Amino acid sequence: MPNEILSISHLTKQYDAQTVLRDISFDVREGEVIVIVGPSGCGKSTLLRCMNALEDIQSGEIRLRGEPVRRDGSNLAEIRQKIGMVFQSYELFPHLNVLDNILLAPLKVQKRPRKEAEAEALRLLSRVGLADKARSFPRQLSGGQKQRVAIVRALIMHPEVLLFDEVTAALDPEMVREVLDVLLELADQGKTMLIVTHEMQFARAVADKVIFLEDGVIKETGTPAQFFDAPKTERAKEFLRTFSFERKRTNNIAI
Amino acid sequence: MPDLGFEVLFKGKNLLRLLGGLGIALRISLIAVLLSIVLGVAVGILMTWKNPVSRAITRCYLETVRIMPQLVLLFLVYFGTTRGFGWNLSGELSSVIVFTFWGAAEMGDLVRGALISIPAHQYESAAALGLSRMQTYRHIILPQSARRLIPLSINLATRMIKTTSLVLMIGVVEVLKVAQQIIEANRMSSPNAAFGVYLSVFALYFLACRPISLLAGHLEKRWR
Repeated sequence: MPNEILSISHLTKQYDAQTVLRDISFDVREGEVIVIVGPSGCGKSTLLRCMNALEDIQSGEIRLRGEPVRRDGSNLAEIRQKIGMVFQSYELFPHLNVLDNILLAPLKVQKRPRKEAEAEALRLLSRVGLADKARSFPRQLSGGQKQRVAIVRALIMHPEVLLFDEVTAALDPEMVREVLDVLLELADQGKTMLIVTHEMQFARAVADKVIFLEDGVIKETGTPAQFFDAPKTERAKEFLRTFSFERKRTNNIAI
Repeated sequence: MPDLGFEVLFKGKNLLRLLGGLGIALRISLIAVLLSIVLGVAVGILMTWKNPVSRAITRCYLETVRIMPQLVLLFLVYFGTTRGFGWNLSGELSSVIVFTFWGAAEMGDLVRGALISIPAHQYESAAALGLSRMQTYRHIILPQSARRLIPLSINLATRMIKTTSLVLMIGVVEVLKVAQQIIEANRMSSPNAAFGVYLSVFALYFLACRPISLLAGHLEKRWR
């Protein structure tokens, strides 16, 4: 039985009077890929942002290998090194070139020797097909390339869990593929990942477990086959229907 | 070709005196610009605070400086404080005070603009990598702000250099005052000196400001 890396228990998150996440509990086991889906505004992104304390929570607990993410922020720096995150709009640092973007945290936070970190950065870059872009600046890259750099920037920290927050939502359709391929490869390598996405085909292919979130509550959890082929709740069925298209012709125009 | 009075410049030490006057103008503006940068960063950070008191104070300060003509400020500090408090400030010190008071406010507004133009996501992605608050400012926020700031603050510096021509009104003998003295002294021998001398003053201001604005343009292009 693989051990739990991340465990979330009774997490509740409120903005002022509004409750955005209500009593969320689930575990993430080593090597597991969990995809979180749900209608926009259901709290998926907020849930991810709570994991590395970019959002504060009102009650409940998040534990990384048994160690609680403390509310006062006293262990945040260590926790955040172990939880990597990739954002929807890449968020590279525009004043640094690709290599310096990737090396900033290993050098300044982890205090690793430059030579070793740089060798790993170049190795990772060539794995995502960007070996020739090390000295380019973010503005010279396409969206898909930027996102792959952002993934490398998270990977080089050797995180125990990777969080992906709608990483293809800002991309042109033809660039979505190159990013999703990288994610699939990471899943094959046994990386532990939490993925928020609207790409249902991809979710089905990559996930070990699907969590369906609506109105800040976990409505359904299951394997991809269970969730996509035989959703248990009416809301999940309705949600999945929004991704398929049917047309009922009322007029018969002969072609 | 009409007599434009250029020959006056080469009489005695006139050209050296003119350059000396430019030196005084540049000294006033250099000290004021340096002080304005240091104080302006502080004012700019205060302006981004949510605290209503610091906001109100910095707002009033900025508006006062914008509304008040620099010449009035100079008179206020040089003549006003002597009558009001019995202070006997030199013309040059009064000029530095007024130019710093003005520059710090404008610089503060530029710093404020640069700081708030850094998107919140930059702070977040730095935090997500485990960078501390200080590291985030040092490696992410300040370098990006400085890039936006340098062209704008160089522009402010050239405006300050040009505006030093006002300080002759409180008796500081800077380049324009020296020019007037030279013209006065040669009124009989070269009645047309005004044109040549003032044209030289123009050229001197140009020589002082042009490299700075070239630098601004260069930096703007490089850090686009």
